[in-house]
Amino acid sequence: MWAFIHKFGSPKWFYAISARLEPWCWALAALALGVGTLWGLAVAPADYQQGESFRIIYVHVPAALLAQSIFVAMALSGLVFMVWKIKVADMAATVMAPFGAMMTFAALFSGAVWGIPTWGTWWEWDARLTSMLILLFLYLGVIALRGAFARRDSGARAASLLALVGVINIPIIKYSVEWWYTLHQSATFTLTSRPAMPASMWLPLLIMLVGFYSFFTALTLARTRSEIVKREGDKRWVRALVDKEL
Amino acid sequence: MTPKRKQRLFALLGIVVLAAIAVGLTLFALRANINLFFSPVQIAQGQAPLERQIRAGGLVKAGSVARDPQSLDVAFTVTDYVEEVEVAYSGILPDLFREGQGVVVVGELQSDGRIRADKVLARHDENYMPPEVAQALEEAGYSPADYQQKAEQVVKELEARAGFQPDEN
Amino acid sequence: MAFTSLQEFFAMGGHGVYVWAAWGVTAALFAASLLQARLERRALLKTLSRRVRRDARRRQTTDPAHSSRPMVDDDA
Repeated sequence: MWAFIHKFGSPKWFYAISARLEPWCWALAALALGVGTLWGLAVAPADYQQGESFRIIYVHVPAALLAQSIFVAMALSGLVFMVWKIKVADMAATVMAPFGAMMTFAALFSGAVWGIPTWGTWWEWDARLTSMLILLFLYLGVIALRGAFARRDSGARAASLLALVGVINIPIIKYSVEWWYTLHQSATFTLTSRPAMPASMWLPLLIMLVGFYSFFTALTLARTRSEIVKREGDKRWVRALVDKEL
Repeated sequence: MTPKRKQRLFALLGIVVLAAIAVGLTLFALRANINLFFSPVQIAQGQAPLERQIRAGGLVKAGSVARDPQSLDVAFTVTDYVEEVEVAYSGILPDLFREGQGVVVVGELQSDGRIRADKVLARHDENYMPPEVAQALEEAGYSPADYQQKAEQVVKELEARAGFQPDEN
Repeated sequence: MAFTSLQEFFAMGGHGVYVWAAWGVTAALFAASLLQARLERRALLKTLSRRVRRDARRRQTTDPAHSSRPMVDDDA
């Protein structure tokens, strides 16, 4: 186990493995996002109460779930970096943060836009919406903190610590709709029970989820490799890459 | 794991646990204030302040909606199946407002126990289904609460009917 | 298909503004991150190749035959 972490943590090994994985992730992302978009926008039925505005679910739910998953992934990378001093983990955490912030914004924005026709308001300070806004601020805090230090290592440690502590917000987001009275309804997708909608509606949602997660994986692999080129530019094996890839 | 790494790991986890306890205690102390709305039971128990803006939430009681034909005035009852509270509102209601639907009412509680609403927000549940399915369920005499148990079955029945495809509206 | 015509598809039952705004912003964020990753990678590889070439030249300048050649140092 520990040997595996160190092996995976070697930039050279990570670079080689991710270069092989990346095309598959991009292909899966393109396929799932393409099929999911067509299915969700044009083929899936409208909702009996909300009509066509229901189609916002196909971007809202994947963005919201991915935003939370990325934060957990970023915090775990931070933990691995701080405990084992593995640089690749910090590089991955660095490149995850902006996309995580984007997905949080996408979830908030699509939710606000969806709220206008369905709830009659675009924003309400309920526990779910507020905890999601806090997630956006946490992402921005992690990004800003990393940039606030002159030494990269200090910034990395500060950002990792904030991400780790910020993970507390994730269960609060998840259970906010159960612990308190909120305007937001309960979870659409749970791991334990059947989705509260027929297959013609949840199948495209599942495909969109696969698309969002594989896009994130591909993007993280690609940008972590770029980060390796940026930080390890003095290493011989990195220099040897230039001729191959340019 | 080297002792140094173990020490770092425990120190970090300790920080996270402490922060979680702090946040947990804060949320526990604020628990009532984090609720977006009061339920009719809480209002009946006198937990909601009078003549200050509050939010009340529950379901619109079936058959309670009375619209004034001359104006936008509307009166309805919000229930949580235990207690009820009457609401008076003047304005445009959201698309999803209907009897049996969840709502959050923003307004002031009057001394007579009614709420004068400034805003009515529709709440919806996590159940989604195509209109045909909902219609078939309604025709079969089910209430929205039973929809989820029956929806799958109805989808299959509708699919079995000649020429019908659930994806087509 | 849930729609019979293209107009109907764009109108989204009168909720077109909301549906297209939500999808549009999400799609734009995906496109932006993809583009950023591309540009970042290309810029990094270019900088690195310039450094590699410069270092190679520096090694050459120790050779007296090439010492008259001016040093081009365009990345500070």
